[in-house]
Amino acid sequence: MKFGIVTFPGSNCDYDAYHAVVDALGEEAVYLWHKDHDLQQCDVIILPGGFSYGDYLRAGAIARFSPVMQDVIAFAKRGGPVVGFCNGFQIMCEAGLLPGALLRNASLKFVCETVQLRVENNETFFTNRYERGAILRIPIAHGDGRYTADPETLHTLEGEGRVVFRYVGGPADADEWWSPNGSMRAIAGIVNDAGNVLGMMPHPERAVDKLLGSDDGLGIFESMVARVTA
Amino acid sequence: MTRYRVAVHITPRRGILDPQGKTVADALHSLGFSAVQDVHIGRHVVVEVDASDAAAAERSTREMCERLLSNPVTEDFEIAKVEGAAP
Repeated sequence: MKFGIVTFPGSNCDYDAYHAVVDALGEEAVYLWHKDHDLQQCDVIILPGGFSYGDYLRAGAIARFSPVMQDVIAFAKRGGPVVGFCNGFQIMCEAGLLPGALLRNASLKFVCETVQLRVENNETFFTNRYERGAILRIPIAHGDGRYTADPETLHTLEGEGRVVFRYVGGPADADEWWSPNGSMRAIAGIVNDAGNVLGMMPHPERAVDKLLGSDDGLGIFESMVARVTA
Repeated sequence: MTRYRVAVHITPRRGILDPQGKTVADALHSLGFSAVQDVHIGRHVVVEVDASDAAAAERSTREMCERLLSNPVTEDFEIAKVEGAAP
């Protein structure tokens, strides 16, 4: 199985994604240059984290117009699986692949820490190897992660089981839901209506090795392999 | 074609949490500006564009706002000023 990892100017988690796919998962990965129009017959496209185009205007606003994104959008519309982590999620929202927007953290601070995510739906393309309700330890590192959408969109997302990951258990486990960034309903990750596009602010590609703190992110990659090779 | 300078104000939509605006409002209160009710912090964009007339310049800038300069999910924009610019 072949993963394509898009490199935009300013991407900085493309190597982490490569490491996760090749070294931790044992599958094939190639980098896809932002100026190319060739997805190289990849089975899954990853939009990695980083600061594409310097976050100019808004995070993800410019990357959506890059040449490769026209092919990624067409691939997603045909049902091809696309996953975006952090900046990749921001790009997906700007490109209209996912609803809503990611705004400056409510604290106005960049947050960089390991958080707990709850798997809210384990029947997706991206989460079928987890138990429903499983708690994952996965790092976040972002300044613009406050998920925001209008009430109808939130209602639809919740009703259709498209809120895939939620932040839980904040400091001292004070609340069940806890947004490290002020996200509405503590939303950390969502899928599109067809279920083939996942965007999430946390970095599962940085949680694939117990030696480095957690391998809870590996299940997302394993879930995709399970579906593609099924 | 004439060159126009079009100024655009982009602000967070009302009702959407604006932590920068709130922080600045709190700071203004602590300076003694107790009459301040709210502050909204957005973006000011100036586009220099060639167009047949001022209305056409405004029209095309409006489209730019809808498609790129503002995020329709969370922001509002208004064309603040259209003026002739020396090329």
